[in-house]
Amino acid sequence: MIKDITIGQFFPGKSFIHKMDARAKFSLMFAFIIIIFVCKNLVSLGIVFGFALFMIILSKVAIKTILKSFKMIVFIIILTSALQIFYNSKGTVLFDWWKIKVTDIGMLTALFMAVRIITLILSSSLLTYTTSPTLLTDAIERLFSPLKILRINVSTLAMMMTIALRFIPILIDEVDRIMSAQKARGADLETGGLIKRAKALLPIFIPLFVNSFRRAFELAYAMECRCYKGGEGRTRMTAMKMHIRDFFAVFVIAGLLAGVIWVNRVFVALI
Amino acid sequence: MRDNEYILQFNNVCFRYEGDEENVVLPLALDNINLNIKKGEFVAVLGHNGSGKSTLAKLCNALLVPESGKVIAAGMDTSDSIHEYDIRQHIGVVFQNPDNQIVATIVEEDVAFGPENLGVEPKEIRRRVDEALKTVGMYEYRLHEPHKLSGGQKQRVAIAGILAMMTDCIVLDEPTAMLDPIGRREVLKTIGKLNKELGITIVFITHFMNEAVAADRVIIMDSAKILLDGTPKEVFKERNLLKKVGLGIPPAAELAHKLRKTLPDFPDGILTADEFAERFITYARA
Repeated sequence: MIKDITIGQFFPGKSFIHKMDARAKFSLMFAFIIIIFVCKNLVSLGIVFGFALFMIILSKVAIKTILKSFKMIVFIIILTSALQIFYNSKGTVLFDWWKIKVTDIGMLTALFMAVRIITLILSSSLLTYTTSPTLLTDAIERLFSPLKILRINVSTLAMMMTIALRFIPILIDEVDRIMSAQKARGADLETGGLIKRAKALLPIFIPLFVNSFRRAFELAYAMECRCYKGGEGRTRMTAMKMHIRDFFAVFVIAGLLAGVIWVNRVFVALI
Repeated sequence: MRDNEYILQFNNVCFRYEGDEENVVLPLALDNINLNIKKGEFVAVLGHNGSGKSTLAKLCNALLVPESGKVIAAGMDTSDSIHEYDIRQHIGVVFQNPDNQIVATIVEEDVAFGPENLGVEPKEIRRRVDEALKTVGMYEYRLHEPHKLSGGQKQRVAIAGILAMMTDCIVLDEPTAMLDPIGRREVLKTIGKLNKELGITIVFITHFMNEAVAADRVIIMDSAKILLDGTPKEVFKERNLLKKVGLGIPPAAELAHKLRKTLPDFPDGILTADEFAERFITYARA
């Protein structure tokens, strides 16, 4: 059940997108998200959506796994686009009943919203699908290192992220183990109302927390044994390097932005 | 650093943990320990749960400092906090649970963690990581995720993490306790290799009698004190004393002992199954 979550997972590969510098990928993905919000009509959004699909195909990540990650958010997509239908009263009325008016522009806006959310999720999950968690935290550490001026300890934050990522699978296994142990002792986790079931989770979470604290202490000892004393004076094994392909990607994204702005001007804005 | 014959010296060391409640003084976890470990030695420390052997490990590299007495590690006093990180560059500790000592999400990046903390040059880190992973036989797994490895493999990655720091001495605190027999054998083989081929001092803490047989020296701990200290042959001769404190002797030695009850002239001083088989054949022929 818990193991089905694919958001934030990494699928190793050798595609163009996999090989890109993590810093470039992170910043360009951020730029891409901005571009999604720059789109004002379905034509420009369509171009951006097509580009996102093209990147997915380029990354060679299995379409199946991506569709799986959509299963959990289908509800959100439907809800937001449905709200758009009911809240829009501009345009020709297609359907009128009591206080509910459905207009053609409302329908188009709903479609626009749905595509926008899907594109957002596609592009942001593509980042984690194609970048190893360590490279990603490394990239974040390096991109945000100017924050040192504000006395924010970026390297410690990055270390925290790395450790959190490292312990997710371990803690998931632990939850499984504790659940089995409690079930073996007669715990009933599947029946009863919401409150009863929430209460039944208590004997799962107490041992989980106790164990997490124990693990944290042991990890602290192990890190001290390996001379960890914060970010000061730390070197890294792999140096990050920008290649021609990264500069090429910058140009492609810049071109996309220019194209979207031009299409926005030519066609009528929807929102 | 002074050049000294001993890498670790415990002089009248006492230690006790602080309890959660005030006014309650816990009993000593280590009671007047005197111990000298030579460079290049392979020492096995045996004892029950609560005999103080894990505390001993943590005192070796200044994770804990003694209440009284002195621990001199690589020529430096561990209670002097200036030396804390220098000592840890000479003496590494590997703990029981491999899951709780692996920091990074990729094997080679975890091995690089130690040298990265020491501020080693990137090229040199790469070299050390590759070498350490080859030594423990995990080079092919360098790009794997630790949680997908077996217990024995994870423990070998943890050992490689200390190796990459190029310590002179590795203290292993029950590294085999959570492993299956195959993992245990892998780890034991690796430890033997580190000692024989690289000349690294090994302090191997365990509660499995038969794992201690391969060591040069065996130390038996009981109720915060050192009970016995000598070669495996000398120590495991004390069958009755070991039985009294709830420890046994290696299975092959126990078998030889039982045989001697009916065959009084059966040879003494057998520790491993191989030795037993060899002696038994010579005995049976004679």
